Amino acid sequence: MRPLREALAGMRRAPVLTFLSLMAIGLSVFSIGLFALTAHNIDVALSNVEGRVEVVAYLRDDASEELIEIARHEIESYPEVQAARYISKVEALYEASRELTEFSDVYSDLEVNPLPASLEISLRPDFRTPSDVEAVADRVSTDHFVEEARYGREWVDRIYSLRRVAGGAATILGLSFALGAALLIGIAVRMSVLARAREIAIMQIVGATDAYIRRPFLIEGLLTGVGGGLLALAMTFGAYQAVERTLVSLAWLPDLWTTAGLAFAGLLGMLAADRAVRRELRRLDVY
Amino acid sequence: MVQLRSVTKSFGGSSAAVLDVSFHLKKGEFAFLTGASGAGKTTILKLVHMLDRPTSGEVRVSRYSSSRIRRRDLPDLRRRVGYVFQDFRLLENLTAEENVAFALQVTGISKAKIGPRVQKLLNQVGLAARARALPRELSGGEQQRVAVARALANEPLVLLADEPTGNLDERASAGVLGLFQRINASGTSVLMATHDSEILRRHRNVRVIELEQGRLVFDSAGGTAA
Repeated sequence: MRPLREALAGMRRAPVLTFLSLMAIGLSVFSIGLFALTAHNIDVALSNVEGRVEVVAYLRDDASEELIEIARHEIESYPEVQAARYISKVEALYEASRELTEFSDVYSDLEVNPLPASLEISLRPDFRTPSDVEAVADRVSTDHFVEEARYGREWVDRIYSLRRVAGGAATILGLSFALGAALLIGIAVRMSVLARAREIAIMQIVGATDAYIRRPFLIEGLLTGVGGGLLALAMTFGAYQAVERTLVSLAWLPDLWTTAGLAFAGLLGMLAADRAVRRELRRLDVY
Repeated sequence: MVQLRSVTKSFGGSSAAVLDVSFHLKKGEFAFLTGASGAGKTTILKLVHMLDRPTSGEVRVSRYSSSRIRRRDLPDLRRRVGYVFQDFRLLENLTAEENVAFALQVTGISKAKIGPRVQKLLNQVGLAARARALPRELSGGEQQRVAVARALANEPLVLLADEPTGNLDERASAGVLGLFQRINASGTSVLMATHDSEILRRHRNVRVIELEQGRLVFDSAGGTAA
């Protein structure tokens, strides 16, 4: 309780410094929040596109529906496969005439349905890489009732490289923002510790242990970090709502991300405080 | 109690702040450490409080030696050695009693014991009536008394005082000195740095250790240094 009481008292005693620290941490974490919001929405958009990656297995006309059903079940048991949907010849013709309205006359004049039945195989999120898609297509095409298995190879390759580029850029940018935030938080907390250097020196002179001196500062760092994190969260939410209302529909950050962000800010505040106090203690004491 | 053996402290400049100083302050002894400004008085006190490390030689305080002490032992040493400064060094936002209690809180003793002990200490320095006053509401002499009460909080074996009367008028100085003498009479050793010749003149019976440019040039307990 004493460290918490002293941490709060310390913050109350220097309200301007506490406010400045909160703002510095808040603004630096806000930059991470904005970046996370952008990265998350790019991820959501890419996932939506990836969700449409599928392998289409065109079936031979002589394959019986019972056999096809057995095969469909078997395909669905592949670890890569999320679902396999059977499209009969009639459904294929109906969908084609619905999607390609300019050819509706042609379809209505047909005496024989030329479109094959098919299985539309969607893949689980972790198995949408070009090699996985190709492996599933190859495996399905070996079935004797499958005429041909197709997938948009070029399209899958492009999405995959786009995700890799986006992932790499997000990691580098995220780390840079985090480093910038860590530096700013470090400076803000160090200012607060330096402002109380006299108090630290007096504590040492009267015989306080290093741990006793450090504890309130660690709690203060944690509180300032979490406080700055909450401020950043509020600002990020404000920015999200502003964009939602005026520009484009966005996805809000997952709870895990916001919790991790707050924990990150709190931890940074605490580590920065620990580093600053240790440095101050070493400066004052030569042993 | 406090022993310096051939202690030299250099801060990297051409001349040493303290040069080959040796003396022994016995248990219950009172001594003035004197000399002009820059003679090395504060450096000696800091070395005794182990706020500084000697460049060569050894400082011994009770069972601790400057050459062997570990960082984790410093708090215990500091509780055994009280320190009073010329500028008081009180925490401005704490009252007189809170400043004294602060020195007890850091040792981890229970709150129930702190209150009565603080009362006793403030009585001892004649400030019981000003317990709730903030440092800025106290005179210089009163602030120095609070600082003395704080230094005595953990019943130190030695009390170090660095020009404790330097910022006080004659009457307040006499009061603080009288306080030191009473503390000393109860068995605490006192090593007080001062360059006030008037104080030395009035207390001729007290041991005087004189420094000049970092060297010990006179010790009334052992005569003039070679």
